Amino acid sequence: MTRQPGTSGLIFNEPNVWDKSREGRCAISLPRADVDRAPLDPALTGDTPDLPQLSELDVVRHYTRLSQWNFGVDSGMYPLGSCTMKYNPKTNEVQAARQGFAGAHPLAGEAFSQGALRLMYELEQYLAEITGFAGVTLQPAAGAHGELAGMLIIHAYHAKQGRQRSKIIIPDTAHGTNPASATLCGYKSVNLKSGPKGILEPDAVAALMDEETAGIMITNPNTLGLFEEHIKEICDIVHAKGGLVYGDGANMNAIMGVVKPGDAGIDVLHLNLHKTFSTPHGGGGPGSGPVAVTEALIPFLPIPRVEKQLDSFRFVTDCPDTIGRMHTFYGHFGVMIKAYAYILSMGAQGLLDASRLAVLNANYIKESLKDTLNLPYDRPCMHECVFNDIRQKSYHITTMDMAKRLLDYGFHPPTVYFPLVVEGAFMVEPTETESKDDIDQFINAVKAIAKEAESAPEKLTRAPVLPKVTRLDEVSAARKPCLRG
Amino acid sequence: MRYLPHTQEDIKEMLAVIGRTSLDDLFDTIPDAVKTKTSLNLPDPLSEWDLNDHMEKLASDNIACKGYTCFIGAGSYDHHIPAIIPYLVSRSEFATAYTPYQPEVSQGTLQGIYEFQTMVTDLLGMDIATASHYDCGTALAECALIALRKNKKADKIAVSDLVHPSHRQIIDTYLKPSGYKMVTIGHTKEGLTDISALEAMDDIAGLAVQSPNFFGHIEDLAACKKLAESKKILFITSFTEALAWGLLKNPGSFGADLVAGEGQSLGIAKTFGGPGLGLLAGTAKLMRDLPGRLVGRTKDTNGEDGYVLTLSTREQHIRREKASSNICSNNGLNAMTAAMYLSTIGKIGIREIAQLNHDKAVYLKSALTAAGFEPVFDQPFFNEFVMKAPKNFKQKRAELIDRHCMFAGLDLEPFYPQLTDHYLFCATEKVSRQQMDQLAKEVA
Amino acid sequence: MKEINDLNLPEDVKYTKDHEWAKPEGDTVTIGINDYAQDQLGEIVFVELPEVGDSFSAEDEFGSVESVKAVSELYMPISGEVVAVNENLEDAPELVNEDCYQGGWIIKVKPSDSAQMDALMDKAAYLEMLKG
Repeated sequence: MTRQPGTSGLIFNEPNVWDKSREGRCAISLPRADVDRAPLDPALTGDTPDLPQLSELDVVRHYTRLSQWNFGVDSGMYPLGSCTMKYNPKTNEVQAARQGFAGAHPLAGEAFSQGALRLMYELEQYLAEITGFAGVTLQPAAGAHGELAGMLIIHAYHAKQGRQRSKIIIPDTAHGTNPASATLCGYKSVNLKSGPKGILEPDAVAALMDEETAGIMITNPNTLGLFEEHIKEICDIVHAKGGLVYGDGANMNAIMGVVKPGDAGIDVLHLNLHKTFSTPHGGGGPGSGPVAVTEALIPFLPIPRVEKQLDSFRFVTDCPDTIGRMHTFYGHFGVMIKAYAYILSMGAQGLLDASRLAVLNANYIKESLKDTLNLPYDRPCMHECVFNDIRQKSYHITTMDMAKRLLDYGFHPPTVYFPLVVEGAFMVEPTETESKDDIDQFINAVKAIAKEAESAPEKLTRAPVLPKVTRLDEVSAARKPCLRG
Repeated sequence: MRYLPHTQEDIKEMLAVIGRTSLDDLFDTIPDAVKTKTSLNLPDPLSEWDLNDHMEKLASDNIACKGYTCFIGAGSYDHHIPAIIPYLVSRSEFATAYTPYQPEVSQGTLQGIYEFQTMVTDLLGMDIATASHYDCGTALAECALIALRKNKKADKIAVSDLVHPSHRQIIDTYLKPSGYKMVTIGHTKEGLTDISALEAMDDIAGLAVQSPNFFGHIEDLAACKKLAESKKILFITSFTEALAWGLLKNPGSFGADLVAGEGQSLGIAKTFGGPGLGLLAGTAKLMRDLPGRLVGRTKDTNGEDGYVLTLSTREQHIRREKASSNICSNNGLNAMTAAMYLSTIGKIGIREIAQLNHDKAVYLKSALTAAGFEPVFDQPFFNEFVMKAPKNFKQKRAELIDRHCMFAGLDLEPFYPQLTDHYLFCATEKVSRQQMDQLAKEVA
Repeated sequence: MKEINDLNLPEDVKYTKDHEWAKPEGDTVTIGINDYAQDQLGEIVFVELPEVGDSFSAEDEFGSVESVKAVSELYMPISGEVVAVNENLEDAPELVNEDCYQGGWIIKVKPSDSAQMDALMDKAAYLEMLKG
């Protein structure tokens, strides 16, 4: 067996940044004052904020040391289910940093921003083609923000029909953001149980769908990593009662070039550029959550919209049915550049291959580990597979223990305890950019951990031992919150 | 494709383990009726060389590629970004990590964000700051929703018309479907929010005022707080220029209940308006009503200090339809950037830079006045102010861009139709006296 | 987690299907969550309390208890007006785990209809329900 990647090495202790502060230091080069001082009325000025006082090297060393306590995709395999932690290409960063993009002021005027507008327009076109929709907005700042935009569009659509509805159907395999987004639109969530095969049954949808129901929110492939095989029938049922189908496209990475959700009957779909389209997650954002819609819903898209006229591009705000504005300017343009560069680098075949290999990797892990971990839904999966800890229960070992032990082996753990439909879920999404060699190493690590669970369970319950800190006391953190130094 | 590591041999071996013969077989569970029959209609893939050329061409279609002199702010500010900021923030351990759900291997992000929260509370004089929001406008809309949830009998939010016009539009978008209303409060002829209009209003849950306001003026936040208090409603204040707090009395000192702000000025490139950085802070009393992530300090099993995401029960993944917001990803890496920037400029630098911004703006205002512009308001401002331009200015402004790549102010008419020929100017520490003199000379 | 037989279920309180307990004391009724509920939730980090003077009907939500990763709503066993809340829980929510029937009580109410107590389960009926 090859050696596992996890090992210990020299990392550094580092105090809070203010503990390094010494009166009189300053790490910024201050410009020469070439105009007179213009003192403000002292009644308006306040005490100077008590920021740390450091030299430039102090700052560099502080953040370099902090970074070394982190695990990123560039450090190792990061198979976090539903999060699509694929490789973030470095050329995308170079493209986004170009002065013409990074230095662009949002209010410079259309005539002086044609490159940015063209990029946005073309990215909209590409995403529309990939998803099979007629129109796209890039404005939402993250997946959940896109979801909110989508729900606002559904809400505006029903208002335009002259009769608002009160409920929305949300399956138990949905992302947690779905019910929260629906609530923001005043819709009451109606829970829909998935069937015994882990997918939705058309009859169950038909039983809930009525003319008080605005629509349904479907994640496809769902959070069990399964394709919703009855998607077309379900869309027909919802449409027949005048409802709309919202698609959570967080899992689009499984089906690029294979299925166009727009063709399957979905009305509104959000995408996560920071998942499917390779832009970095940044330790929690910034992301970008474009929304794609059918022809009938284009009038409701947020403003401003980008329009092409002959060979030039402009912003359009004169859209009477629009849901309004979602972002101060045009959304996370910096993230759009990276996704655009990714699509241009991949091309049609590259995106199809990415989805195929993402699905290959997930099924390979599923088959390789199903004798080690329990697999509640033993069916061909898409880009992720969901195990649980039932077999380890008799050794008093939980999913959490296995996840923490994986850290010692040098892997980021999968998503744990989600989706909620699987108790003790252990949800693996390898993505297409992990090689067979790295995946084999991961499989071996999980097998070794499962053996340890039987023979030396304390290795798991005490894990992790190699990272900078051991398990943290989340109970005290929540009972007596300390949110600032 | 260089991002895809599989050899033909790998694929064959893996398919054999799965018991399939081709990659297409993997999609057997998808009904034929929904499968795409044709390949995607996208441009042919570009090599890195071709991509560089293509992207440089697009970038050069933006005037920013040439470098330009920016006398426009209005929510996106042209400040100097020290070299160490992009250098440090591009460390892939920060950039390629997910939200810190596994705290043991995310202490870098977590300590960094904890320090960010602390520095933001210092900057604003507030008890608690969240781990960030998308931008000021969305953070402000969240504050409006908090006020409405806290005061269930009310269904309206009073918002100054000198709050950034985009921010008001966002609030409107967020409130509309739930039946809440935004009531706009006008401004006085001095360019300040006319809060007296609030006195006669009923069913208001909160008052939102921006300071410095969209005209750049420093609002009387003490008076706003007093009125909000007398009406027993929440006082929300917002800002678009974070560096103002290096000089001005902070919102906390006036008793703000909630603060929404834009942190783009703190080391973040303008990037055509996004991603910026939403700042959101509140009083301790509102801790459990705040949306989004919070990092807290705790101990590990060995008694060592460490950090975790905490108070998660407010959030969508646990409280689902009853969550305080649906936000999940925030603007984490930009929060880290802001923390790096604040550590870099420090206590000395922030005062000096803030003062310089003010000095330059005062100089520019007097230079423009001398050049025939009319100073419309006589109010203290930070680094933005409004001027009424001479008749031929529109033409001259266009020429300045053409000939000197100089953007002389923002036309206010699209935002406030009554303000024809009014322009909003901004001067930051980056503009030189020479550039300001040149501007004044050209427009005179 | 505890086995059903290990649960501490006193005889002198009544139980609801949502795992609250209610105990008449003079003209008020004290309400809390039972041993099963605190055990299922795990370490409790926060208790959201109503205000004294609030009135609720039976089965209304009157607050919530939170562990690190779960929130559980609290429902009124009977109708009435809140006359006291356990302020100790603000600083020490762990009292609900340690002593759910005494130090970990949550509210006291003045019932609007004392007869509603009769509709609640006694220990035997509650155990029956748990065993399903």
